[in-house]
Amino acid sequence: MSENEIDDNLDLRGVLCPINFVKTKLKLEEMQAGSTLEILLDKGDPIANVPRSVKEEGHKIIKVKKEDGDFFRVMIRKS
Amino acid sequence: MSYSEDWIERYSRHIILAEVGGEGQQKIGKAKVIILGAGGLGSPAALYLAAAGVGEIGIVDNDEVDLSNLQRQVLHHTTDIGRPKIDSASEKLSAINPDIKIKTYKTFVNSTNIMDIISDYDIIVDGTDNFPTRFLVNDAAVMSKKPLVHGAILRFDGQAFTVLPHVGPCYRCIFREPPPPGSVPNCSQAGILGAVAGIIGTIQATEVLKLIIDKGKVLSGRLLILDALDMTFRETRIRKDPDCPICGKNPTITELTDYEWVC
Repeated sequence: MSENEIDDNLDLRGVLCPINFVKTKLKLEEMQAGSTLEILLDKGDPIANVPRSVKEEGHKIIKVKKEDGDFFRVMIRKS
Repeated sequence: MSYSEDWIERYSRHIILAEVGGEGQQKIGKAKVIILGAGGLGSPAALYLAAAGVGEIGIVDNDEVDLSNLQRQVLHHTTDIGRPKIDSASEKLSAINPDIKIKTYKTFVNSTNIMDIISDYDIIVDGTDNFPTRFLVNDAAVMSKKPLVHGAILRFDGQAFTVLPHVGPCYRCIFREPPPPGSVPNCSQAGILGAVAGIIGTIQATEVLKLIIDKGKVLSGRLLILDALDMTFRETRIRKDPDCPICGKNPTITELTDYEWVC
């Protein structure tokens, strides 16, 4: 699987904490282990908190990329 | 599975918990819990279970709301005095969570109606206020093999215990039979600190939720005892009694009976 291949994505820009994490978690629950989810997160609280919470649930953060327009593209591999 | 925005937001603090998640919250939504008594213990238990999103809650009570109930029975408000407790309860629970189904039974449980009442539910919460009923509820739970979360309160004291029929000990493994009528004071004679009802009823709700999501350890084989005056909890290990008259190897109780109850 190439690094950029994603199985699903969620645009969580404009979604506040902790609902952005809740939505990420619900999406991950319905995905297969080993598959990849890409999420878009706002700067500030979202990027500071969501990846950490995702890691605490045992998933892997594969890539975090800052995009123009003050948001981040975060790639998660489901454990 | 798609979730509504309201569902996600309402239960977000549950879903965040590693032990619950979307899956656990769905289990809670499918669960059916019967609460016996809408009083001191039933009030907090019902309020938290409704708020948690338990899909179907049954409430059994034959009383009307009395002014002297309001100091601890937080389901009922001053304006409810004189109304059946089940109506007052049903209204409050629906107001907290309109997504859930509430079923009410205007009766007291007895040996002839209890099996029928509990048959539609997965878990039983005992919020009754007297020994004869407590033994009846235990026996019915063991016979129907449904988990029972017991709670009792008096003065500043409380206890909680969960019966997993035939897996762990039952109430009769600890206390063989009801005390003689009149030998033990009840709440109306001995008094009860209202907040103690809140602590024990909330422990009962917590036990129910753990049973539903199948996480953690419930109070099976452990009688939890609260002394709120010293604010200490202690725990007594309880073993399943092979000679228990209801859940033992050779049960002598094979049908339900109503004990004499003098108050």
